[in-house]
Amino acid sequence: MSYPRRAWIVLWKDVLSERRSKETLNALFFFALLLLFVFQFSLGADRERLVAALPGLLWLGFVLSGLLGLGRAFLGERENDCWEGLVVVPGDKSAIYLGKVGGSLLLMLVVEAVVLALFGIFFNVDLAPHLAPLALVIGLGTVGFAAVGTLFAAMTAQVRARELLFPVLLLPVLVPVLLAGVKATEAVLGGETLGAVAHWLRLLAAADVIYLTVGVLTFDAVLEG
Amino acid sequence: MAADPLVHIAGLGKAFGTTLVLDDVTLDVRSGEALAVLGPNGAGKTTLLRILATLARPTRGIARVAGFDCVRDVERVRARVGLLAHGAWVYEDLTALENLRFWTTLSGLTPTADELRAALSAVELERVADERVRAFSLGMKRRLSLARLLLARPEVLLLDEPYAGLDPRAGKWLDGYLTAFKAAGGAILMTTHSFGRGLGAAERIAILSAGHVVHQTSLAALDAEDVRRLYELHAEDSA
Repeated sequence: MSYPRRAWIVLWKDVLSERRSKETLNALFFFALLLLFVFQFSLGADRERLVAALPGLLWLGFVLSGLLGLGRAFLGERENDCWEGLVVVPGDKSAIYLGKVGGSLLLMLVVEAVVLALFGIFFNVDLAPHLAPLALVIGLGTVGFAAVGTLFAAMTAQVRARELLFPVLLLPVLVPVLLAGVKATEAVLGGETLGAVAHWLRLLAAADVIYLTVGVLTFDAVLEG
Repeated sequence: MAADPLVHIAGLGKAFGTTLVLDDVTLDVRSGEALAVLGPNGAGKTTLLRILATLARPTRGIARVAGFDCVRDVERVRARVGLLAHGAWVYEDLTALENLRFWTTLSGLTPTADELRAALSAVELERVADERVRAFSLGMKRRLSLARLLLARPEVLLLDEPYAGLDPRAGKWLDGYLTAFKAAGGAILMTTHSFGRGLGAAERIAILSAGHVVHQTSLAALDAEDVRRLYELHAEDSA
């Protein structure tokens, strides 16, 4: 029972810290709002252009806010001198990784839900009929994003140029998730069934499994530096 | 025959690039004993503790804790060592109690709420158990770290400047804790700059200078002034 408890306590700590400080959440909400203003300004009222660009813009919003959020995933450990503590606790370090992924995932899903709602309001798009399939696509994409993002955030947390290195390393690896996410979102918003985008969903699920497996297997080495 | 030492260091060396930080260090700490390592800044004291805590790998030589090698048996060493590092390892947005719960659970321990509060009470932080650590002073954070060690029940304590930031009352508590820890069979290796309180719990001192152990002696017949003279003679000569 120790492994799940250890993963849970990391998740609990991250969520509690964020709930109290609200540092990342507030910054992400503000950033998402700003992004929407820019999108709205650049696209104007051209409905046709908007519909074509919407899936890409939505994922661009997720990626940019996700990069900001994930980049801060190990800020608490760095600022509070707790990194060494995580290294020397006995036991499998992948529990720490899974707890961190869980914390990042929750944070990203909250921000994405708000971004989605704001997209609906700003661009006057009725998302309600597509909500369930959209949630599945976004959920699967976000798991992969959080899994690989948390690992890369840990890798770059202790280096000097981390703000630069983190997106440079992460974005190429995220290509399968972005590709499948955008294409599946486009199809779902166009009224297609989940069956029609099953191949994209399979790609997202496969990416999730691969990223999580790689994270679990390598996090120990990453943490030890 | 004497029991094997709980901490055994032989011919230990550590280099960062071409800079030799530790060179041919040999030390033992037995059960029920405390060794204080004195030395000027940059002498290699913290590196020595980091190797024993498995946070750094030696370049050569042997470092063992409770019979386990600090390079090959990392997990077993970690399960037996309690480290009080420079950083307090506390999350400032959590309360004192939540910090203890976090670190003990992460270490695979399952203390009850009463045990957590008792540990805070021992370091006189019970009154602020439910307050966020952000408002704590350095000394209070240090005491919280000591409460973490209290709950972990290690066999070997590695303490980096344990008295730094503690007021006399907390220092006295630490004296008592270290004495009880030794009486229970534990071994302590600590670094210190202090010739007074910092040596209260130690039976022996080792003076480290430029990565070398330049002098080792028992404290049985020495007072603080003798230690200061020894330090000035050996550490400053070789520095």
